[in-house]
Amino acid sequence: MATVDLSQFHKTFFEESLEGLDAMEAALLALDSGSADHELVHTIFRAAHSIKGGAATFGFADVAAFTHVAESLLEEVRSGRRAVDAGLTDLLLRSVDCLRAMLARTARGQPVADAASEALRIELTQLVAGEAAPAPAAAQAGATAVDGWDIRFVGLPHLLRSGHEPLRLFRELQQLGRLEVLRAFVGDAVAADFSTLDPGECHLGWELRLHGAVARPDLDAVFEWLDGDCELAIAPLAAVEPVAPSPEPAVAAPAAAREASAAGHADGGSIRVGIDKVDALIDMMGELVITQSMLNDIGANFDLSQLERLREGLAQLERNTRELQDSVMRIRMLPIGTVFNRFPRLVRDLERKLGKQVKLELHGEHTELDKTVLEKIGDPMVHLVRNAIDHGLELPRQRRAAGKPEAGTLRLDAHHEGGNIVVRISDDGAGLNHERIRAKAVERGLVPPDQPLGDDEIAALIFEPGFSTAAQATDLSGRGVGMDVVRRNVRDLGGSVGVKSVAGQGSVFTIALPLTLAIIDGLVTAVGGERYIVPLISIVESLRLPADAVRRTAGGGEVFRFRDEYLPVIRLHRAFGCADAVTEIGRGIVVVVEDGGQRVGLLVDELVGQQQAVIKSLEKHYRQVQGVSGATIVSDGSVALIVDVGGVVRLGRCSGKAA
Amino acid sequence: MHENHADTAPTVQQLTFSLVGEEYGVDILSVREIRGWTRVTRIPQTPVYVLGVLNLRGAIVPVLDLRLRFGLERESYGDNTVMIVVAVAERLFGIVVDAVSDVVDIDPATIKPVPDMGAIVDTRYLKGLATHAERMVMLLDVQKLMRPEDVETLDAALPDVRAAEIAA
Repeated sequence: MATVDLSQFHKTFFEESLEGLDAMEAALLALDSGSADHELVHTIFRAAHSIKGGAATFGFADVAAFTHVAESLLEEVRSGRRAVDAGLTDLLLRSVDCLRAMLARTARGQPVADAASEALRIELTQLVAGEAAPAPAAAQAGATAVDGWDIRFVGLPHLLRSGHEPLRLFRELQQLGRLEVLRAFVGDAVAADFSTLDPGECHLGWELRLHGAVARPDLDAVFEWLDGDCELAIAPLAAVEPVAPSPEPAVAAPAAAREASAAGHADGGSIRVGIDKVDALIDMMGELVITQSMLNDIGANFDLSQLERLREGLAQLERNTRELQDSVMRIRMLPIGTVFNRFPRLVRDLERKLGKQVKLELHGEHTELDKTVLEKIGDPMVHLVRNAIDHGLELPRQRRAAGKPEAGTLRLDAHHEGGNIVVRISDDGAGLNHERIRAKAVERGLVPPDQPLGDDEIAALIFEPGFSTAAQATDLSGRGVGMDVVRRNVRDLGGSVGVKSVAGQGSVFTIALPLTLAIIDGLVTAVGGERYIVPLISIVESLRLPADAVRRTAGGGEVFRFRDEYLPVIRLHRAFGCADAVTEIGRGIVVVVEDGGQRVGLLVDELVGQQQAVIKSLEKHYRQVQGVSGATIVSDGSVALIVDVGGVVRLGRCSGKAA
Repeated sequence: MHENHADTAPTVQQLTFSLVGEEYGVDILSVREIRGWTRVTRIPQTPVYVLGVLNLRGAIVPVLDLRLRFGLERESYGDNTVMIVVAVAERLFGIVVDAVSDVVDIDPATIKPVPDMGAIVDTRYLKGLATHAERMVMLLDVQKLMRPEDVETLDAALPDVRAAEIAA
């Protein structure tokens, strides 16, 4: 048999194991919340079993050993010999965390076991063993009166075909105790004629002896999936044997060597793509090829009579291209559920820590968004959820006093809105304390004391840098580095975050994100001879103002009345230094944009149209430019700049002060 | 004479171009293409000599005018205006010049340091002077052209750098 370099599968193993751990965690949380579904236990067990098997195959002995004890514990639960209680799920959840850390260390090639994992492993072992001896360490096996098993294992011919590998089994057995191979033999069923022997069939059998205080269920677990693929006979070791210097175990796992090679795996990141998405791509590619050959055909002998056909062909090409683009983008799309999934655990931990009761509701887990956005949105969301539980939701007795149910509700909701994905985090807690926020903002000099502010404007202040109202910082939130970081992270993704709050009824944080970082929907505007693209997500409204609608303020700035508030006007031609632009406000168009709760009006000459813009970086060949988030290529092949609304607002503020 | 040198010593090939009657050279290895004038998109908050950006096969590439870089004036941009696209450390940018002349071989041994000319040309952006066909060719240091002003100011503030410049 050719030796296969197993290290090439390490990455897959890590990915699958992490997925398995996620599944375990989710199932444990479901158990914890009172669900008695037996299938959940099976799910947890299967995940642990796969990780153990994989780890043993790849020679990650520490991971395998750890998972093994966890699995033994799970087996007891599965067979109904142990009841699930809070202590048990807690222990298992901690084991999940520990395994994650161990896998991470394995992937980096660092020493895998540490004091924490050892302690946890011993805790698990003791729980499993109950009255029996602790870990079946090989060194101990000889000292105590050895118990053990005689195993006769004969593979049926189709054993290998169904994907089983005896070597792996032996390794797993080795994890349980010292394994001795008494005899390996050729099975009875083997054909006498060598020429008719099928090399894909298994005709081997082994007589094995496993030393150590191994529980029968553990042993059964090893052979669990071999049912029907082998003949198996397991008998307890007849007599207590004197410790004999037995030969080295037949299979020695060269664990150390393997781990070294694991260190070098590249961290490029990969995406698992559903077959349906790939099939859709191939279909579209096929259509594109047909369209292309049709256009070729028209081009080969073109005369004006075929103009209509050409037009049709081009329209078809456009449709194909757009569909292809959508599908390619969709490959990078993952459901937001992968981020949502970490919240049940977080909420559970916070509940315990803070003595609050939280009912978590998740909606729209299947909403898909770009992988890059997805990876970066996790932390801001964690922060908002923590805040909601720490500051938003009240303690049970306070809630009772306020006439609310004792358990607070935290709702995460994701859905598509236009070209964006909107994530809402809402709680039915106390809501923001507007007076306190205002007082704090005045104290910090963020707003002048006499400035009239609406509730929403006050609420938006919590996103200002250095703002935190928590009277005393807890280790969860309230260190003053919170909300502004959230806003900055969301902004970096091209999104926006806002909050609405009603005292006594709760708060709603809304994060709006682009579906992808590569393409935005934009409004093309003209200023002077230039084209500027304003991201559609930040546009509130576009309007033509009467010339007398604009007032000058004392500082030289210009404001106009929009609904119930006065908004500053930023003349884009001045901010960007464009000549020949419309300077009379009455003759241009004012585009009201919003960034992080702050609204301003941008003066442009006219609106040209709406366009999807593929964002190109200016920094790649030049450098960052304030007020510009990137560039794109418009239909005539020239370059148009994409307006960074936040940057322009800041620019406008600076120039307003200077003026 | 120069052809003889080519056999014996390694030569550097320079693309020469003219600017206000003077002849300049850029290392041919950094040149990516030569193209006619196309309208560029202006970008805000940039020095005057950065005319804007253009679409070079999907890449957004800045364009600078060498006349403006040297503090001179340019009357107009039109069909005869030429742009040399160069690459420095994988960054592309276009340089607008008056006209492209030739590709010449220059023996590195004949390159002279730049004296302080004090005149129209800012000597900071020159690597050296070479002679080709009895004409002086000023070898341009393209790397320095695109450096932000503040870096230059910082350079100037460092005494040892200034000393080196004076020595040069």
